[in-house]
Amino acid sequence: MNCHLCQKNPTKAVIILQHGALCKSHFLHYFEERVFKTINKYRLIERNDRLCVAASGGKDSQTVLYLTKKYLENYKIPATLEALAIDEGIDGYREKTLVDLKQFCKKLNVPLTIVSFQEALGKPLDEAYPLVNKDTKKKPCNVCGVWRRYLLNKYAKQKGATKVVTGHNLDDEAQATIMNIFKAHTKLAGRLGPVSGTEELDTFAQRVKPLYFCPEKEVRLYALLKEFQIQFGECPYAREGFRHDIQEMLNTFEHKYPGTKQGIINSFLALMPLLKENKEKEDNQKIKVCNSCGEAANHEMCNACKIKEVLDAAK
Amino acid sequence: MKLQVKNERENSLKKIVFAGTTVQELLKQLKINPETVIVVRNNEVITEDEELKDKEQIELLSVISGG
Ligand code: SF4
Ligand SMILES: [Zn+2]
Ligand SMILES: [Zn+2]
Repeated sequence: MNCHLCQKNPTKAVIILQHGALCKSHFLHYFEERVFKTINKYRLIERNDRLCVAASGGKDSQTVLYLTKKYLENYKIPATLEALAIDEGIDGYREKTLVDLKQFCKKLNVPLTIVSFQEALGKPLDEAYPLVNKDTKKKPCNVCGVWRRYLLNKYAKQKGATKVVTGHNLDDEAQATIMNIFKAHTKLAGRLGPVSGTEELDTFAQRVKPLYFCPEKEVRLYALLKEFQIQFGECPYAREGFRHDIQEMLNTFEHKYPGTKQGIINSFLALMPLLKENKEKEDNQKIKVCNSCGEAANHEMCNACKIKEVLDAAK
Repeated sequence: MKLQVKNERENSLKKIVFAGTTVQELLKQLKINPETVIVVRNNEVITEDEELKDKEQIELLSVISGG
């Protein structure tokens, strides 16, 4: 199929979208425009921001890092930009993506900090998970997610970041929305949306998601066409999680009923003001400070410290 | 026709006998959801309506990066 925008010189398309097929250069332009529009519409980036990109080296984080930088340059916005990566300690997986990330940051001239579970919490995920699991039946992604979020928040604040930029794409958000509904985790709705976290509370760094409206397939295509260096890798635990099943389900639905993922996001965005209002009311009563580490917590002790406590007891 | 299919996610290179003509039919035969792959031939990304020819090598890049 040819690009529907290149009418004078028929050009082969690289993707067929609902509104027509696009060639490489029209797709790249379309993708970037959508990211920039998202940033503008939701004010994800403002003058004098200190941006900290949560990066892993995969396609999403390379794309968001590259486009955040391009946005600042195109619109001549005075803001600082750096990258922060968490090394969970997953053998045979994370070290590969971190190699790609180091190279990418060097090329873009963006400073990079890497914080590891090992040095910050005492053990790599590979060792911590089996011990924690024995007592709590927690899945690896559970432990990984809690600790990663904790460290990102802590180190971004330490760096004085005004915002944490993440590479979450449309698929990630649609999955998280459905996961929360299936598990009745309605309070976690505060983590969703193009902007998440509460501004007024300095205990949580605000998170912004420029790729919010970009389907995962388009992000992969963009990274491929831009020739970003990405080796394929899959976390050995990825297929164990609840998310993996939701992901397969949504892809099956999307194939059969195109527009499903976007529909989930649109429903969420329509409900978001209500959910957030509700969440903020609760937050004002509930947010406390962890009495072990001083970071934000919903209980006396934060989730990261709770896991660490289980781990220390298991030694 | 015969095709060589390189699958990034499975890290495999297989020779297969393909009964159809288009990329779409190939994915169907392999039971792969088009949402999860990008199809490449001779270093060029091709769309699902593209016709395949005997002895071609097709590469399936994984959209999903687990982690
Ligand atoms: S798949 Fe699970 S364990 Fe692996 S990096 Fe992602 S959250 Fe962590
Ligand atoms: Zn075109
Ligand atoms: Zn704590």
